[in-house]
Amino acid sequence: MTENYMLSEARPEPRRRVKTNIVLEAKGITKNFPGVLANDNVNFDLRKGEIHALLGENGAGKTTLMNIIYGLYRPDSGEMLVDGKPVIIHSAKDSIALGIGMVHQHFMLIPVFTVAENIMLGDETVKRGVLDRKGVAAKVAALSHQYGLDVDPLALVGQLPVGLQQRVEIVKTLYRDAHILILDEPTAVLTPQEADDLFRIMRELAGRGASIIFITHKLKEVLAVADRITVMRSGHVVNTVTPAETDEPRLASMMVGRQVILTVEKGASEPKDKVLEVEDFKVNSQRGLETVHGISFNVRGGEILGIAGVQGNGQTELVEALTGLRTPTGGAVRFDGQEVTGSMPRTMTEIGLAHIPEDRQRHGLVLSYTVADNMVLCDYYHPPFGVRGIIQQKALDENARKLITAYDVRTPSPYVPASKLSGGNQQKVIVARELSRPVKLVIANQPTRGLDVGSIEYIHSVIVKMRDNGAAVLLISAELDEIMALSDRIAVMYRGQIVAMVETKKSTREQLGLWMAGAHVETA
Amino acid sequence: MELKRFGFIAAIIIVLFGVVVLIGSSQSSPLVIIGSMIATTIAVATPLTLGALSGLYCERAGVVNIGIEGMMLAAAFFGWLASIYMNSIFGWAALPSLISGVFFAILTGGLFALLHAVLSITFKVDQIIGGTVINILAIGITGFLNRQMFFEKGSIFGGNVPHAPGTLPSLANAIDGICNGGCDGLVNSISGTVIDQKPIALLAILLVVFTHYVLFYTRWGLRTRAVGEHPRAADTVGINVQRMRYANVIIGGLMAGLGGAYFTLESVPSFEPLMTNGRGFIALAAMIFGNWTPFGAWAAALVFGASQAMQINLQIFRESIPPQLAVLQISYIVGLTPYILTMLILTGIVGKTTPPAADGVPYEK
Repeated sequence: MTENYMLSEARPEPRRRVKTNIVLEAKGITKNFPGVLANDNVNFDLRKGEIHALLGENGAGKTTLMNIIYGLYRPDSGEMLVDGKPVIIHSAKDSIALGIGMVHQHFMLIPVFTVAENIMLGDETVKRGVLDRKGVAAKVAALSHQYGLDVDPLALVGQLPVGLQQRVEIVKTLYRDAHILILDEPTAVLTPQEADDLFRIMRELAGRGASIIFITHKLKEVLAVADRITVMRSGHVVNTVTPAETDEPRLASMMVGRQVILTVEKGASEPKDKVLEVEDFKVNSQRGLETVHGISFNVRGGEILGIAGVQGNGQTELVEALTGLRTPTGGAVRFDGQEVTGSMPRTMTEIGLAHIPEDRQRHGLVLSYTVADNMVLCDYYHPPFGVRGIIQQKALDENARKLITAYDVRTPSPYVPASKLSGGNQQKVIVARELSRPVKLVIANQPTRGLDVGSIEYIHSVIVKMRDNGAAVLLISAELDEIMALSDRIAVMYRGQIVAMVETKKSTREQLGLWMAGAHVETA
Repeated sequence: MELKRFGFIAAIIIVLFGVVVLIGSSQSSPLVIIGSMIATTIAVATPLTLGALSGLYCERAGVVNIGIEGMMLAAAFFGWLASIYMNSIFGWAALPSLISGVFFAILTGGLFALLHAVLSITFKVDQIIGGTVINILAIGITGFLNRQMFFEKGSIFGGNVPHAPGTLPSLANAIDGICNGGCDGLVNSISGTVIDQKPIALLAILLVVFTHYVLFYTRWGLRTRAVGEHPRAADTVGINVQRMRYANVIIGGLMAGLGGAYFTLESVPSFEPLMTNGRGFIALAAMIFGNWTPFGAWAAALVFGASQAMQINLQIFRESIPPQLAVLQISYIVGLTPYILTMLILTGIVGKTTPPAADGVPYEK
């Protein structure tokens, strides 16, 4: 019933006239971290009732600026004004008191608490020493309904889908009377439809006088929802523009500082024999619950199969089981026609699997090892790198220098720890190690997550090159744009099952988004 | 799930009681045996209950505490020492000496917990190591002081262990003392029944109820659980994570201190080195078995209490043990029951328990 009510409200409102009273202003903010000038004389202002997008790559200084506004960091110099008055914000408590609310990229919710408990935490209503759960639940229900953010106050947060958890976060800020909202990469975990719903909510809130800072690196979203766009690059504000006077390519070049090719150039695929065949594959999660429910697919040499899906629908377990990191509970996997179900990771590596893991810092690299050592993690035990149990430093050195040049890894030397490299360069180290070997199958899980546009461009081109050289590629990504740009075929994973399998040419964003959200597939 | 857990606990207790009733039926009526078993179970479960509550406060706030054993041992010693001091050096009467002893035991628990808090919260030392430090420190200090103060020539008590002021009176005796013989009716109706427990045992049960209330119905409890589950989330809504953790670890220490007082001020009037004998660890097991809830932990403590009660009663009815069960005549074997139960229970008979998500993880801003 409430769903219907909300849907009827979902049409975008006409763009409001931009008001000019400034609710928040940061003047000349400078913040130095050892070795990095994270914010260099940054000016930023937010008007009442506007959606102001803050656009920039990772490391551009967006998060630093927001943490300063939210009181988690103190600026080295500069001034903050809220409602025209200079303020000094020491902690989250101060910013809450000033009416600033933040929805963090990683939700600040406690899964085992109810929605109402999460919302009241830190600002509890107590009646004669006892938490007033009923009163808070009623208040939450009323507040969330008022803004079209309906959510059951008595539901356990851990059992809600991500989109609803985000609503809880927004209600949490409204409950504290926030009129300035900071949304940090809010669409990263949403399906396209959930993102549209979020934009509707943002417009609704702005229409009622809230001012919203929307942090993102997605150009389409910025153009769709923002009233103004401020672009940051390496600690500076590059420019502040309105959507009407810019477009995607111009925003991208402002972000990166040079011309960027936004589309991936690739020719038609030439599929060969099946390299990977997966049949009725079942995998359990860490907690012992079945999270992959008997899925089947295959990947041919010379094609890219993309697995689309919101995070947490079994992709992690699927990849771990395919690469030998997790033992499957049922089904079969064939590699070049040979049965390899439940093989050890080393076996898989030796028969020609390259794995670019989801969490590059935990599973892709040994962070404390040097770049050179990280580059031989798959091969150290056999010649030319290991001879009779002894590591051959010279061979390691040659290998590292060759790969650093070939894969454009920006590192001061092959002998700095991998932890010192930027995310993009860490990923290049992994890609260099995995793809420089003779491989028949590449499994790339979220290969560009958190990377800057330049690195994304590079990794994408390498993946396409592997395909063109005849390797089979299984690409897993939560970014639908990435899946659509790279894949030849797309499988959609939802709650541990493949709910749809289509050729990219014949698919649409909207249809894929619906499948990602679990919409019923008629042909199934 | 929770019902299953409590059903399992009830089943174990019934089996343990049943064994004793069957064996002792030739000497005593089942009702008498069951009454005495219940009384012993509650008494023996006291330090386990308090130890488990100690662990609960710490771990619900996200700090693992394996130092309960050491906190209880140190509290047992210093509480006892204080009671002797008050009694034989300052010449206080027995009861005030004992009560001040309990106070000092609680204080000792709190101080050891403060040490654990400083190590694990401020200095972010691995919490298992912090707890081990507490355990070793307690064994060392109590063993050393016990020898130096009581048995060395020229020491304070010069080799003559003074008479300890006895143990705390049971409920019936206490009422009798307060009424000065004037309420015999009440005293007689309590005396010898299940509720005729000593004060720490009764307090432990009240504290179980109190802790449940605090954890699940108050602001303090909500915040405590928040910092144990997701400290950053708590931080972003303005809760001081470090302060909540410090306070809860210290409250946990006070609980362990009261548990320690049970050994030397309520159970027996003397101190022996290492006298806690692993109870702190069994308390930890009870907390886990009880899935980090006060009532669950208490129920688990009662299981271990019941197995102790069985052991004690089997020694009384030793002659009646049938030859087929001759193994139960060997007191060592029966004495192992609580420990074997711990192992069996913890190795998964009870199914999965879920610790607080941030349990044992120091909070980095």
